[in-house]
Amino acid sequence: MHAWAVQTFNSVAFAGLLFLLASGFTLIFGLMKIPNMAHGACFMLGAYVGYSVIQAGLPFFVAVAAAGVALALLGAIVERVVLRRMEANEFAQVLATVGIGFIIADASLWIWGGDALQIPEPAWLRGPVRMGDLVVPKYRIALIVCAAVAALALWLLVDKTRLGAMIRAGVDNPNIARAMGIRVSTLSTFVFCLGSALVGMGGVLGAPIISIYPGLDFDMLPLAFIVVILGGIGSLAGAFVGSIVIGFIYTFGQAWVADLAYVILFLPMALVLIVRPQGLFGRPAA
Amino acid sequence: MKHVVIGTALLALVPILLGSNFYINLGTQILIAAIFASSYNMIAGWGGLISFGHAAFFGAAGYGAALLVLKGGFGHLAAALLGILFATALAGVIGALALRATGIGFLMITLALGQILWGLSYRWVSVTGGDNGLTGLTRPKLLGLSIDGAGAYYYLTLAVAVVAFLSIRQFAGSSLGASLRGSRDQPRRMSALGFDVWLIRWITFVYAGFWAGVAGLLFLYYHRFVSPHSLSIAESAEVLLMVILGGAGTLSGPIVGAAIIVLVRNLVSAYVEHWPMLLGALFLLVIMFVPEGLVPGLATRLRALRPSGRKPTIPAPPSA
Amino acid sequence: MSRPVLLLARFLVSVLASGCASLAIAQSDSIRIGLLMVKTGPFAAPGKQMEDGLTQFLRERNYTLAGRKVELITADTAANPAVAKTKTQELIERNKVHVLVGPLAASDMLAIDDLIRAAQIPIIASSAAAEDLTQRKLNPWFVRSAGSSGQISHAMADYAAKDLKYKRVAIVADDLTFSQEVVAGFQHVFEESGGKVVQKIFSPISTPDYATYVTQLKPNLDAVFISFSGANGPRFLKAFGDYGLRGKVAVLAGMTTVDEAILNTMSDDVIGVLSSGWYSAATENPENRKFVADFRAANKADPGLYAVGAYSAGLFLEQAVIAVNGKVEDKQAFMKALKSVRIKASPRGEIRLDDYANPIVNAYIRRVERKDGRLMNVVLKTYPNVSQFWSYDPKAFLANPVYSREWPPAKNLE
Repeated sequence: MHAWAVQTFNSVAFAGLLFLLASGFTLIFGLMKIPNMAHGACFMLGAYVGYSVIQAGLPFFVAVAAAGVALALLGAIVERVVLRRMEANEFAQVLATVGIGFIIADASLWIWGGDALQIPEPAWLRGPVRMGDLVVPKYRIALIVCAAVAALALWLLVDKTRLGAMIRAGVDNPNIARAMGIRVSTLSTFVFCLGSALVGMGGVLGAPIISIYPGLDFDMLPLAFIVVILGGIGSLAGAFVGSIVIGFIYTFGQAWVADLAYVILFLPMALVLIVRPQGLFGRPAA
Repeated sequence: MKHVVIGTALLALVPILLGSNFYINLGTQILIAAIFASSYNMIAGWGGLISFGHAAFFGAAGYGAALLVLKGGFGHLAAALLGILFATALAGVIGALALRATGIGFLMITLALGQILWGLSYRWVSVTGGDNGLTGLTRPKLLGLSIDGAGAYYYLTLAVAVVAFLSIRQFAGSSLGASLRGSRDQPRRMSALGFDVWLIRWITFVYAGFWAGVAGLLFLYYHRFVSPHSLSIAESAEVLLMVILGGAGTLSGPIVGAAIIVLVRNLVSAYVEHWPMLLGALFLLVIMFVPEGLVPGLATRLRALRPSGRKPTIPAPPSA
Repeated sequence: MSRPVLLLARFLVSVLASGCASLAIAQSDSIRIGLLMVKTGPFAAPGKQMEDGLTQFLRERNYTLAGRKVELITADTAANPAVAKTKTQELIERNKVHVLVGPLAASDMLAIDDLIRAAQIPIIASSAAAEDLTQRKLNPWFVRSAGSSGQISHAMADYAAKDLKYKRVAIVADDLTFSQEVVAGFQHVFEESGGKVVQKIFSPISTPDYATYVTQLKPNLDAVFISFSGANGPRFLKAFGDYGLRGKVAVLAGMTTVDEAILNTMSDDVIGVLSSGWYSAATENPENRKFVADFRAANKADPGLYAVGAYSAGLFLEQAVIAVNGKVEDKQAFMKALKSVRIKASPRGEIRLDDYANPIVNAYIRRVERKDGRLMNVVLKTYPNVSQFWSYDPKAFLANPVYSREWPPAKNLE
């Protein structure tokens, strides 16, 4: 297999997964100004929910939808019952999400046990496909397509609809947005639900590659951070570009400097924070 | 001062009253955690800067000293001092980088730098032993006395803890401490008044790193062992938990928080299988209903029960 | 406010705690076994297997050995060495156990090594496979009931070189000391038997996606030798299949990669994988058939190495306790008896200990196949009397450095 070509493909496929993980994270972070520390746990929970749905005999994409709905519901509950109470205190909100993340992780262990679980991809997407010199898995192509569709849908929502305009206004300057009559708190609930739904679906879509296991939450959360910090908080374009950059760094980094693979991932994030804290596409802090 | 004397005397009685080594050791662990939490309180509570990488200094002192003793052939005292120096210097560097931002940015930089350090300790196997860590450390004699026994080590830790608390209390009451709290509450005004907010925060950060290093060193000699876990996010998150639970910006809050966490992890876990969930739920409840922390929260409610019957007003800025 | 009140509060808490504890301790005449395992986090599943294996043994014996009642006390180390130390202390001092079984992870074992020496308490390591524990860093109170990391991969290497006549092999494994030792054992024997290890890759334990590694594999390999724990094995194998390597390159594995405990959560990607182990649930002997049937009925899962290691520890305990007529308090005699156990019949066949307190066992070469609707490690070949030193002289073996990432040095990398 031609090394460059296949690693490039891997990078793009991984980037697709990262985008599904990070897009929800960046929206929540942008609008509500908090990093949702339970985001990794939500990814994991979505995957577990998808697993149970498939065990019940339902098809793969139903499982994806079910995970989205379940996580959206959970997100709504969390936002209204917990986060709303501390609307003015962002640190309290962040800490609350830490606690929630803990609870979700342990509850998942309780419900689904400690074994690593596999979700098979749909039969028609199983196996490799030959593209010239390249042999690549069908499922990863499908993953890239799903991520692209999600990216397109989100872009249309945020850029072309009134709702999206309100969200953008809320991200840019919540006080002025409120003054203009935009209900930022309701928007927050919506965005939190949307972000949770996205990451829940991402969990199921990623499961055939990553599988589901206790500890997945802590493995995925740093990745979400890295992409969003790089791309710029609150920016979907940033999440998109950030996913691609990190996808490449991750894949090629592992291929070339396996020993430092972990450090390599954090360096761009650390550099960005120190040199250009708003990330590639974000706005400088007010 | 009389509070301190009474408190120390009570704590000194613990080994005599409890007898069993297991409980004495638990006490030692609580004291070490309390020093670590108090050091974190300096930046998070009084400084208002929530870091997610404080464990870096805790672990760095441990690794530094262990490497010097086990691989460098240094004497224990020299290694200990150099280990703490290493942690403090590291705090200087990380502080300088992290303080370019505040708030969430600060949190992220400390997280990233902490993770880089963790990654190094994990993968640089030839130096750090990787996931197995460094073992084989022995406790030296101090002034001719052995500190191998549980009781002896407890008293050593208690002595260090008292010095630590007094120093940190001194810091809090000093003008630097006051400027720090001022910078937390009104950074722009402080700047306008001519205070160098960055410098105030940086000095605090370094001093906090120093005490975290001291705690890390005590931890190293307690366990005779250091592993990447000392540098992990889990450890940083735990100290955050301790301070928030107990009460950020108070003197005794971190101590109470440390005691709770250590007891839950070591004692409660024998009876409650899903204790992480318990801890998460407790944390969440505190954030939601007693956000100032358990110590101030309890104090306020107790005061409300006094005969004067006055309802608690908005609590004064933390100073106790 | 604060200091005296809170200190008093703390004081009271500790007193209360010790009070509760004394109530909890059964000051009875029974033999108390402390099991160090993991209940929370990523190692929860093997931890459960450990507990299930040991409790099955105790149930079979009605919780009685040599006429004395047996009490099992479990402790969760959370795979955190510092917690392992505290829990071990708790078991020794609060629960006053007579013997320890476990812990799960090698790093936990290394952390409690000095505690064991100081407390002089026998410990049967039912899974921790770190080589030096029974080689260069002997602890007089330590006995292993499982196997050392490299012990069984020696057999795999022999089979690969001599029976399958493989010449070019790549190694991919977790970047964990345990896996490094496993593959070192393989490399040692494989290259001495004429094979060449042309590539060696260690991946971080939390690798979400093995695509990068699978696609880096050199061309024209006869086989790839892998050693992974937990979810990493199935993930690697999936990527392996997804990128079209199945059927083209053979897969040889260490014992943990396709352990029975996780085998049935895997898909058919894993069929055909060869592995070596000191146990297979598919071994056809009367003890094993009963053992597996009972285990499946009680736990709805197949027994894997963690369960069998713990069960073997039970067997060791039984023989040793009977040898000292139940007087486990006589530590020296009990320890001596533990080191001289010789089990004639067990689910693993015959087990006895070498001079370094490590078991000499049957090494099974197994292949994953689907039988009766479940995935099983079917036994292809048995190497009897395999010790941790393979066919090497122990003194010569110990003169070499311990197996690691760097030793034996990989001289044939391309």
